[in-house]
Formats: sequence, structure tokens, C-alpha cells
Amino acid sequence: MSRYTGVTDEDLGAMLGAIGADSLEDLFADIPESVRLGRELDLPPGRSEQEVYEHLAALAARNRSTEEEVTFLGAGMYDHYVPALIDTLLSRSEFLTPYTPYQPEISQGGLQVMFEFQTAISELTGLPVSNASVYEGPSAVAAAGYLAKLETKRRKLVASRGLHPHSRAALATHAAGYGMEVVETPLDDEGFTDPEALAGAVDDDTAAVFVQQPNFLGTVEDLGALVEAGKRTGAMLVCAADPIPLSILKPPGELGVDLCVGEGQTLGNRLDFGGPSFGFFAADERFIRKMPGRIAGETRDVDGRRGFVLTLQTREQHIRREKATHNICTAQALNALAGVVYLSWLGKRGFVELGELLLRRTHYAREALGLEAINPGPVVREFAVRVPDLDGLFERARAAGVNPGYRLARDYPEFSDGLLVAVTERRTKEHIDRLAELVGAPAGARAAPTGVGV
Amino acid sequence: MSDTVTVFERSRDGRRAFVPPETDVPEVPVEELLPAGAIRERPAELPEISEPELVRHYTMLSSKNFHLDEGFYPLGSCTMKHNPKLHERVAALPGHARLHPLQDPEYAQGALELMWRLQGALGEIAGLPHVSLQPSAGSHGELAGLLLTRAYLEDRGEQRTKVLTPDTAHGTNPATVTMAGYEVVKLGTAEDGGVDVDDLRAKAGDDVACLMLTNPNTLGLFDRNIEEIAHIVHDAGATLYYDGANLNAVMGIARPGDMGFDIVHFNLHKTFTQPHGGGGPGAGPIACSDRIEPFLPVPQVVQNGDAFGFDLDRPRSIGKLRGFQGNFGVFVRSYAYICSLGRDGLKDVSEVAVLNANYLRALMAEPGIADYLPIAFDRTCMHEFVVSGRGAKEELGIRTLDIAKRMLDHDVHPPTVYFPLLVDEALMIEPTETETKERLDHFAEVVRAILEEAKDDPEVARSAPHTTPVRRLDEAGAAKRPVVRWRPAAD
Repeated sequence: MSRYTGVTDEDLGAMLGAIGADSLEDLFADIPESVRLGRELDLPPGRSEQEVYEHLAALAARNRSTEEEVTFLGAGMYDHYVPALIDTLLSRSEFLTPYTPYQPEISQGGLQVMFEFQTAISELTGLPVSNASVYEGPSAVAAAGYLAKLETKRRKLVASRGLHPHSRAALATHAAGYGMEVVETPLDDEGFTDPEALAGAVDDDTAAVFVQQPNFLGTVEDLGALVEAGKRTGAMLVCAADPIPLSILKPPGELGVDLCVGEGQTLGNRLDFGGPSFGFFAADERFIRKMPGRIAGETRDVDGRRGFVLTLQTREQHIRREKATHNICTAQALNALAGVVYLSWLGKRGFVELGELLLRRTHYAREALGLEAINPGPVVREFAVRVPDLDGLFERARAAGVNPGYRLARDYPEFSDGLLVAVTERRTKEHIDRLAELVGAPAGARAAPTGVGV
Repeated sequence: MSDTVTVFERSRDGRRAFVPPETDVPEVPVEELLPAGAIRERPAELPEISEPELVRHYTMLSSKNFHLDEGFYPLGSCTMKHNPKLHERVAALPGHARLHPLQDPEYAQGALELMWRLQGALGEIAGLPHVSLQPSAGSHGELAGLLLTRAYLEDRGEQRTKVLTPDTAHGTNPATVTMAGYEVVKLGTAEDGGVDVDDLRAKAGDDVACLMLTNPNTLGLFDRNIEEIAHIVHDAGATLYYDGANLNAVMGIARPGDMGFDIVHFNLHKTFTQPHGGGGPGAGPIACSDRIEPFLPVPQVVQNGDAFGFDLDRPRSIGKLRGFQGNFGVFVRSYAYICSLGRDGLKDVSEVAVLNANYLRALMAEPGIADYLPIAFDRTCMHEFVVSGRGAKEELGIRTLDIAKRMLDHDVHPPTVYFPLLVDEALMIEPTETETKERLDHFAEVVRAILEEAKDDPEVARSAPHTTPVRRLDEAGAAKRPVVRWRPAAD
């Protein structure tokens, strides 16, 4: 008997008796002998809780977390501070252990959370309809491509090179299934999506155009111009966005974007080496019956009390089967809960204050580093620079407990000496100045040098 | 206080929970840093609320959820087994929780080793040597499976257009088929509850790319003809896909790879006890055979000597299914689970899951229950079984929905209802291995009591539930006039 089961010998006898079986073995008679394993699994024997804890703790100790270094690594996930109340609330069994709310009468907590989450995402994106979460950012982009296919019946998708490389990759992977071609459109010399090239890339067979705000390099795109260029031939405009800069940036929905999707990790979720986090998916009203995933709606019970249900379920796989608008079932409810709690914690003013702090620190950091900027225009949260001796910088920085950022060459061979530097509220001026020292910036490049040594 | 006020309605101008850190850089006006056209004109209407009230709001909401730590949750095909508490502790260790996904592998050796070990364990359990942990949930794993099938067939120069799914399949299967660009062809069910092999033989032509199968299937029955099915599918040049939603029945007893399956997905949030979170997160790793391996997603975790790293150089790969390398936090929990149970414990899981299901099936077969809720395809089941509410509907005038709603008043979660589709008024019951005999006895007593009560007064069940925070909700109205976000009342 393992510690998670509870059948005593007495139970076993009584249960087999009730079943009318002589042994446990009898219950597996339907499995042909020829496909039985006939041996033990080649795995270690079970271990005590304490031993498993020690083993997992030893593995964890071999990772260098953002507690142990000053990291400027971003490129899609960011080292934000997660308030303690999120840990407290998410660890409640009432949120942690229910299934998807198929029985609304005993799931009003989870359903109301979804409704509140949808409201918050709607506010951020400026679009009236949000679902209750999808898996994460890049697959949300791919889901947007599928919606565009269902909506337009066209066969081509156009993606800016400013879209996260993982989003472009996931889009291509999924599009190979649903039968669409993905075409990339370039960035200009200053790291903006080139609106003329974009206008040239769309044609009558283009179902959707994908841009990102801010883009992968941190550039604040001229979204209005991209919408105009992208929708020239009737294609849908999909904007991937980081939700935190949306505190200060014009909501994509106000600029004519049809769908706004993205990665929600920055909203109160841990880094977790890449997941689980959540994806969000917001849309113009006219796509409400083509959305993927769960949507909570407000209604009344038979006594007239306010309540919430999963709604528009005829879009979904368990009802609609092969005609469903997407195959998603389990999504990211717990992570989306973290998202709405985080946004409520920040509040209306705090959200703006955080966004402004990021904006100022990003610009401060770009100046302080004193390096050639790949994207010299407006940036928020992230920026790209050319580093003459990138390997040397990494060597010096790692020795000093600093992770200088993301090497762009992995995804952008044209920026072989490129470094993408990310800033959060956890990266103080002192941290930024330390990085500046490491890249060898003259002290004059910094507003107020602190003299922190290597 | 238990009310339905949203967090937005609790907002009062001037309250706050968040205090920003010091602005230690020059306070340059936003207008100097961003072009005018890019600046938000009106702040997002987020609530203004103090920390104590914020904590109370969500604590109050949580109290309206029924949850697994509270009581019996026999949702068929969902495998609502106990979530060991150790897993939350190890997942929260900073070395796991605060590890950036793009950390240099040199500084992420523990995480990579954990993934590599989990890949190995899942491969051994499935009987298939190659594993990708990347897919985000079961349906994402299904999609990966069909994209792998497409890549494999195209590599052989074949263009096939159809995918077979039994009429007992989960809804995700046919939805996945469409998303992967294939046409669904349904297979019938034989009298014993398995695949209709004659129907399969007739439909397994050279235009078929894959058969997606759940085994044991959604009736809780192991398909005794699995070897013949595999032969027919392979002779037709198609792949055989294993929907791992029901893997909990066969761990350490029989392996999909040995049954002839080419590709398997695992639901770590079912079999491997990632807490379900009210609708996620999950993870849907896949395992496959040698001939499918070249097409697995990037990156793959590999061992080079003593070190672990990512293999990105996979020219025939289908590419990436999502960002980074998957839901690592879920991997930590499932790996801890496998370590805790080991080879003996995993087999115990499946044996007790099957024992519990058959015991409950025996209780449900007793007079007073089976008269109204006869067991569909009544033979020894695996980890779950299905009863039909047809008798209760015809003789007592209460439908399956009414029985389910009345269970809510008895503090047990109802089974999955109205699925699988081929059983009239279906209730699909999966107790899992972590329930004791007393819990199963209690559930049968609840069912009996509901049926007894309905003999006297069916209206009690028809108007149930009576004791929950809200009663039956107007779902039709919600869909007709969707209100999907809160808005301030118009002046």
C-alpha cells in the first residue's frame, strides 16, 4: 500500500468479495497476456516524503535562480516581484484542487475569478471580450492564427520579425497543421516593424497580420501605422502584448486591433523555468462566438441571485467536437487567478506607477550603458544594444553575479553582437550602474555614478 | 460575508495595496520618453482596494468552491486523485520557482536533470523510448501527435487526409483532428464496448493518417482487440495514437508502446497529480517510437557526458509548440510523485484505481440503484465505469442532471454527466485510487438516498440543489445575451 492509497487487507477481502473476484489479478483479465509488462517497471523503488524532498532540494540547489544573481534576462519572461498574498491565496485548496467548473453551483468562486480576470484583461487591452485564459503566449498567437483562418478562410499569415521568435515558431508549427503559410516581414534600421514592407507583404489571401507591442527588442511600435498597413486588404490585425507596459501604452483595441493576445507571466506568476503561466486572448465583440477556450458569463439563478457560469460552450470541443473553434480543454485557471489578484493588488494608480517606473528605468539603463543602440527609438521594459566584446562581458558579469541579458544572435543572426537587456522594478539604479561598470561605460554616461565595483 | 460583489465593485478611490519602490532614476516626464500617439489617455479601470480587503475578497470567493481536499470528486476521465502537499513545497523552492527559462544551461543543471529524469520515467511507463515534455495540456499533446504524424507521413512522401476516432472519444480528439487539418472519420463501438473492428477494417484505407484511441476507453473498458487494431492500423500505413487520459488504469501492468501505439500523451494533471487549479495548469508530454522521434519538437533535453543540455539542432522537427520548454513547475510535481511512488507504488496506484472502480460498480449494481441506473456495458471495468440514467428518467421522472444536482446537496461532486455520448443519460464515474472504501460506500448510499427520495417526491431532485451558494443558473440566458465582463452601471 502506497501512502496515497488506503486499502487494508480487510478492505481488500471485502471489496473483492463484493465484486465477485478472487484476486486483483482477475480485474485485469481483459488485458491480453501478450501486451502485459510481465516485469516491474525499470524505475527506483518508492521513497519517503523526506527523502524525496531532499532529492528535489538538491536538484533545485544546482540551479541559479533570480534570488542568487542580478538578472537582466527577459526575452519573454521577466523577474518581477510577486506579492506574498498571491502565494497565500493560490495555495488555498479551494483554488488549487477543484476541476474545471462544470458544476457552477459549487464553483462560484472560480467562475467569478474568471469573470473578474476577463474584465481586467478587457481593460488592459481595450477590447470588449476576453476568455478565461489559454496556455501561454506563443500558443495564444497560434490560436489567433486559427481564429483568423476560421473567420476569413484565407491562407496566409504575415508576422513581423518584431514578434517573439517563439511566437513565430509556434505559429509556424500550428499553421502547418491548419494549412496556412507564414510570411515574415522585416524590422527597419531602428528596430521598428517597417510599415511599408508590411503593407507590401499583405495581399488578398492574407488572413491576419501579427505584430507585438512592445516588440521583441523592446521598441514601442507605431501601432496605429501598422494597423493601417496591415488591414489594407481586409486582413485581421493581431497584436501580441506584454500586459505591464499596457499600463501606459495606448490600448491596442483603441487603435483598431482585432485580437490582442499575450503571455501573462508578468502578472503575478513565477518564472518556473518557463511555465506554467497563462496566455490571454482578447477580441473585438464580433469574434465572441469564434473564441478559443473557456469564457465565464454573468447570469441569475432560479431565485434571481447573481451568479456566474461557463458560457458560449457551443464553441467548445466537449459540445462541438470536430466543429469546435479550438481543441483546448484544460487551460491555466490558477495562473489567471494570480493575474487578476496581481492587477487588483497594483490597483488603478499603482499599475500606472509601475509602468512609469519601468519606462524610466529602461531609458536610464540604455543611457547608462552607453553602447550603440540597435533600437534607438522609444523603448519600454527592454532594449537592444551592440556589445563589442559580448563573450568578455558575459565572463566578467557572471563572475560578478550579474546576468547581463539575452544574446540576440540566437534568434537574429543579423545582430551577432546584440544584447537584449530587460528591466523590472526589481532592477534598481544600483544594479543598472553595476552592469554599466561591467560593460565599461565611462562614468559620465550615468546620471549619478555610484562606483559599485566589479 | 458571502456575496457576489466583484473586486471592481469594491473599489474606492484612494485605497491601495501596492506601494511602489523608490524611483531612483530621473523622473523624466512620460511625454518625453514616448510619442504622444502611443500614450494611454485613460488608466485601466482596475480596482483600488486595501490589502486586507483584497485578501478577504478572494478568500470569500474561494469558500464558494467545492474542492478535492474537501470531498469525493469522481469525475470520469478526469482522475481527481489526491494532490500530495509535498509537491507544492518542492515546486516553490527558489531554485525551481525563480529560475529564468533562458538561464544558461550551465546554471540550470538541476532543472535539466529533473526534466531528463522525468522524460526517462515517462518513457518507461509508456513503453516508448522518446519523450518531449513540451505540450501544455492533453489536447496540446494530441495536436502534437497529429502534427508528428503529418510530418512523419510527409517525410515518406505521403499525403493522407483522414483521422479515425471512435464514437466514445473525448471531444478534444475530433477537435484536434480538425485543427491539425484532417477530416474526422468516426468508428462505431462493438457490443462489448470496444472498437468495432469490422468498421475499422472497412475504414482503414490508404487515406487514413492515424487512429486516435483511448485505452481503456471512456467506458472504462480495456479493448481486448488492441493487438488486432494495431495490426490493421499499421498495415494501412497509419499511426496509432494513445490518448493518455486513462493511463491511470494500467501503470506497471501494460504499456501503450507494447500494445502497438506509436505516440502517447500523458496528462500530468490527471495521472501524475498536478493539482487541477480549477481549470489548469496542466501539462501534456508525449512519448513516441523511434520512427517518430526525428520529428519531435525543439528543444529536447539531452545528456552529454555528465552534463545536461538542450538539443536545438533537429532539422526534421515539427518546431516549437509554445514558448520555452514547457510547464516546468508541473514537471517538478509529477517527478516528485514518481519518486515517492516508485515502480511498486505506481503499480499499486493502478491496481487500487481499478479495485475501487470495480467495487463501486458492484455497489451500483445492487438492487435499488441498478434498477434505475443500469451499468452500461456491464463487465469488469478498469479505472472507471458508466451508468445510464435512462431508468431513473423513465420510472422516477428525474434526469441525470437532476441526480447530479441533488448530489451537490450531499457534499459529493457529481460524476461526469452526458458523456460518453453513446450512453443515454450517462454518468461516468471514476473514483481513483486515493479514495477509501468508506468514501465509496458513502457515495453509493448518497445515490441510493437520492433515488429513494425521488420515488416519493421527484421534485426535490428536479429543483436541486438547495444548499449551495446559488441554485440552478440560467445558462441559456447567459449564452443568449453574453455578459462577459463587469461594467460600471450607467448613470
